[in-house]
Amino acid sequence: MTKIVTDVICPFCGTLCDDLEVAVTDDGKKITEVYNACVIGTEKFLHSQASDRVTRPRLMQADGSYKEISYTEAAEYTAQMMAKAKKPLMYGWSSTNCEAQSMGHEIAEMAKACVDNTAAVCHGTTLIAVQDIGLPTCTLGEVKNRADRIVFWGCNPAHAHPRHMSRYSIFPRGFFTGKGHKNRKLVVVDPRPTDTAKMADIHLQVTQGQDYELLNAFRVALKGEWLPDVVAGIPKEKIYEAADILKSGRFGIIFFGMGVTQSLGKNHNIDEAIAVTKDLNDYTKFSIMPMRGHYNVTGSGEVMAWQFGYPYSVDLTRGFARYNPGDTSSIDLLSRGDVDAMFTIGSDPGAHFPFKCVKKISELPSVCIDPHLTPTSGVSKLHVPVAFNGVEAGGSCYRMDNVPIDCRKVVEPPEGMITDEQFLIMVRDRLKKIKGVA
Amino acid sequence: MKNQPALYLEADCVSPDAFAGKTAAQIAELCVYEGNVTSTLGKYFDVTGSAGTTAADTKIVVKGDVKKVKYLGMKMSAGEMVIEGNADMYVGAWMTGGKILAKGSVDAFAATAMKGGELIIEGNAGNYLGAAYRGDWRGMSGGKISVKGNAGSDIGMYMLGGEIIINGNVDVHVATHAEGGKVVIKGDAKSKVGGQMVEGDIYIFGSIDIMMPGFKPAGEVELEVEGTKGKFAHFIGDMGERHKKKKGQVIYANLYKKI
Amino acid sequence: MSEYVIKNGHVFDPVQGIKGDKADVAIKDGKIVEKAGSGAKVIDAKGMTVMAGAVEIHAHIAGPKVNLGRIYRPEDKLFTCTPTKGMERMGSGNSIPSTFKTGYEYAKMGYTTCMEAAMPPMFSRHVHEEIRDTPIIDEGAFPVFGNNWFVMEYLKNYEVENTAAYIAWMLRATKGYAVKVVNPGGTEAWAWGLNCLTVNDPVPYFDITPAEIVKGLIEANEYLGLPHSMHIHPNNLGNPGCYETTLDTLKLAEGMKANNKFGRESVMHLTHTQFHSYGGTNWGDFESKAKEVTDYVNKNKNITIDTGNVTLDETTTMTADGPFEHHLTGLNHLKWANVDVELETAAGVVPYIYSPNISVCAIQWAIGLEIPLMMKDPMRCYITTDHPNAGPFTRYPRIFKWLMSTKAREEQINAFKHRDKVLAQTSIGSLDREISLYELVQMTRAGPAKSLGLGNMCGGLKPGMDADVAIYNFNPEKPVANPDDIEKAFTRCAFTFKSGVEVVRNGEIVSTGHKRTLWVNAKVKDNPQVVRDINEKFLKYYSMTQANYESLGHHFVPNPFAIEVDAT
Repeated sequence: MTKIVTDVICPFCGTLCDDLEVAVTDDGKKITEVYNACVIGTEKFLHSQASDRVTRPRLMQADGSYKEISYTEAAEYTAQMMAKAKKPLMYGWSSTNCEAQSMGHEIAEMAKACVDNTAAVCHGTTLIAVQDIGLPTCTLGEVKNRADRIVFWGCNPAHAHPRHMSRYSIFPRGFFTGKGHKNRKLVVVDPRPTDTAKMADIHLQVTQGQDYELLNAFRVALKGEWLPDVVAGIPKEKIYEAADILKSGRFGIIFFGMGVTQSLGKNHNIDEAIAVTKDLNDYTKFSIMPMRGHYNVTGSGEVMAWQFGYPYSVDLTRGFARYNPGDTSSIDLLSRGDVDAMFTIGSDPGAHFPFKCVKKISELPSVCIDPHLTPTSGVSKLHVPVAFNGVEAGGSCYRMDNVPIDCRKVVEPPEGMITDEQFLIMVRDRLKKIKGVA
Repeated sequence: MKNQPALYLEADCVSPDAFAGKTAAQIAELCVYEGNVTSTLGKYFDVTGSAGTTAADTKIVVKGDVKKVKYLGMKMSAGEMVIEGNADMYVGAWMTGGKILAKGSVDAFAATAMKGGELIIEGNAGNYLGAAYRGDWRGMSGGKISVKGNAGSDIGMYMLGGEIIINGNVDVHVATHAEGGKVVIKGDAKSKVGGQMVEGDIYIFGSIDIMMPGFKPAGEVELEVEGTKGKFAHFIGDMGERHKKKKGQVIYANLYKKI
Repeated sequence: MSEYVIKNGHVFDPVQGIKGDKADVAIKDGKIVEKAGSGAKVIDAKGMTVMAGAVEIHAHIAGPKVNLGRIYRPEDKLFTCTPTKGMERMGSGNSIPSTFKTGYEYAKMGYTTCMEAAMPPMFSRHVHEEIRDTPIIDEGAFPVFGNNWFVMEYLKNYEVENTAAYIAWMLRATKGYAVKVVNPGGTEAWAWGLNCLTVNDPVPYFDITPAEIVKGLIEANEYLGLPHSMHIHPNNLGNPGCYETTLDTLKLAEGMKANNKFGRESVMHLTHTQFHSYGGTNWGDFESKAKEVTDYVNKNKNITIDTGNVTLDETTTMTADGPFEHHLTGLNHLKWANVDVELETAAGVVPYIYSPNISVCAIQWAIGLEIPLMMKDPMRCYITTDHPNAGPFTRYPRIFKWLMSTKAREEQINAFKHRDKVLAQTSIGSLDREISLYELVQMTRAGPAKSLGLGNMCGGLKPGMDADVAIYNFNPEKPVANPDDIEKAFTRCAFTFKSGVEVVRNGEIVSTGHKRTLWVNAKVKDNPQVVRDINEKFLKYYSMTQANYESLGHHFVPNPFAIEVDAT
């Protein structure tokens, strides 16, 4: 027999859908079906049931093979590594809960390490822009209930945030938006004709690398000033037209992603997009929101900020917090050789970082906390698999619009496996003893 | 420099202000940091000579391979420093006076939020030369930076005053968000020049691959800039940005491109 | 549990009417007791001042807009972070301190109970996570109601009982403490880019006025008999001439009587009154109307206020008055953050520099001091900076100095670039009252505790009350040689006790205690209508499910202290 767990939160992407229903066997050990999730979320739950899961920590031996060890031994290795390193880097945090993040911060503070999350390769540039110019934004329910002008700039929710449009941005019938998508106009800015672009009322195929120029042109168009004939591959008439469409709405929102955060311009692209949003508020109501990737990268930024003061790329090596991406950010630390130990959790830098950085990780004492076998676990000396957060353990998470949601535990982890929070507590307690701290 | 750090060395104590009034032995005892390990300057450098009684009469010559040394000349207010080799990040960051001569190249974040003094770089400069610290709308406000070689991206971000003169080429984002100051680029620029500028002046002798649409053509002028006379195409902008009024006239930022 | 006896100190306790007599204060098992046992540890407070721990009635110290402030202001922390030291975690932030620093700084100044002034209900989990990570001090948080869709729909139809049932549900769902109202109606209008600047401007679509919202919420608050009164940030904050809207708002409390079992006598708490006491028509003829506002509050005894003092620092403004922040960024062009929250509220954040060289800032400073100097009853006027809006809370000792010393005030006035204008546009030059130490204790301890309905628990040293005690290196029998000594003495306690645990000694943290989260559990009659309305709005309009909204597990509030209210 099965029971249905309701109001389940999907722990995959920043959309953080919380209306999932998961069918679980009566003994609470096996997931049989997932309802309401997109195909990615469904797979997140179901693949945790794989029979060939790695269930115990594995330590790389001299010949390159891995030997199974206990969690206690793994905690010992990790604590020793953190204690000995001059500048350890604790990276990732985006696929685990805030309780684990907080425990990790205790370790980082004690070890005087660097702490960073996946924003470093994703929306970190957004954070830099927000620090330079601010952020007019709203919660996703405001979009659902009020928005009649939607812009997807440099993002492809049809693929990356599959239920975003049906839950929040295009299709829902909200309080003031009873006609759903029929009363909404969609503008998509993307060099590619993506599946999202195919749904747009206007698709601006911007020349790659010139989003900053196009955004600047929008600001100029809003002020009715002179524009050159073509900007970023878009004729000026189309720019004036698009600006008018945005101005004529009652409530607009710009969603944006990697297409602008990690292409030429980076934080400046976002800075100018926020400036466009600010300017639009002179005519109507407009907000802007980053499409956060990992389901709890936002949470990592929040916890890091309220505990240390900065949302990512934090350097604690002097005993107090310092921040300057370009110096304190993970890619720079690794590629410049400014790190001597690597601790990865809830992320996969092996798959996402430049090769030079991954090579560096393979040369360093390194620990990877991850339920999966990943490119990161493949180059780390110690691989510690843990329970899937959001499936086999609950905990606090933050959605892309910063709304906090408490994830649920749906099913028991495999026999003998612990959660990452539990492992981090072991590491912290061991580190305290090594350092002689009360 | 006698011993290289395994990682990087943070040597913010290397400035006339920190050395003033100290003997070589005392200077060698000043703190430096390699990651979370505190050490002394003497472990990495041979210190010889003597400092002046004040920063103003202190001159420091940094010899050897310092490409992994950060913060040389940070916060200096007076005096002189010569760096013979290539240096890492933050050379002259937050300086308010005095003079630094970098005979080699410098990495990123040199002269962050500079308030006064002079920084001469004979090699190349990295990214964020003379830029503001993260989040601060008060960037470089005084002083002069001269680069013989090329500079990276994001020079003069949030600039309020002072001068940056680049002999060579620059990468993207010049004087973004600037509200004053003067930037001269004798070589070529790429794109995103003067984005979101409120006020200030940029002079480019070479080419600009892609102009910001916010800069509107405003005729041609004859100018003499840094000893070079010539005809310049004049652009005003950023037309997408806010601007102040003085005596009823709107004040724009100026971009002059040599013809 | 530990026993202490604090001997030989000069005790100030408005609850027992002690005005500086030398008396012993005994602590046992977390409470003040009549007499100490023989095993009690002796604290020698000779030549020192002993009072209850202070009560912060309004500060922005935990939650999404506070953290947005932290995230977007790395420059607020540059070069001023403090290292890990002993049991203190590292600290950062001048105008927006990290949660660890917040707890330590309050405790070191002798503050033991602090209220987070505005909790957007949908973000209650975030607020409680930050409260949990703020050491030592007891905290509560006020959910905001003044722009809430349920409240506006019920009060349009005068449904006070339904509003009360909804408030009770909300306080339980968010573990909230009181009914907070910010820019009533105006912040909902702001979701369309509009505002309500007078109490009679109708809210777009909902077609209810701020006056109706405020009156209805006062009635609902008294229907429930909550510990605190309705707590309001009126419309039109910060604009020249806004004092008229303030008086219109204050008048809404006329004839209303407090109904509760907690000793509270007020029905309205007007917060950061300084920002609401402006005359003139523009920034040129900008002037103080502190007299007009305090005259009214002096006469109408069912109102309490807090000051909102400007400290002349670079700081960060943050408020649920979203349209005000948009207006402010239009004035100073500094980075503007804004978050509209579905069905509930909004928030805005903008940095601000209160420069002594700008006449408007200097006049604001003067107004902030005129208000407590003109208020006759110190039990109804409390000292705040609306942290961080008018200044960081770490400046409280400086405000105490200005209030207690005309010499200190004169020094500051003489340092203003536009001294003459300040004197012309305010009455600060003619006020020679110096707040006494006893009055200060009323304004920072007994008064706010009473207004919050905590008068039996904290804010005093009566046996049976919580052993929250602050001891300062300040001898009230010695004349003050230099007013700066006042500021110095109140910046760092000689000792602070929280719930009977010694947490600060010689200005250093020695224990982090067991902080509690204070919240109000109000029981009402079963109300199927409201239950159904809540279910329906979650189904149709919220972007999260009701079960997840109501989820506030133990890991968010590890040490809750519920104050029970029976309104059945």
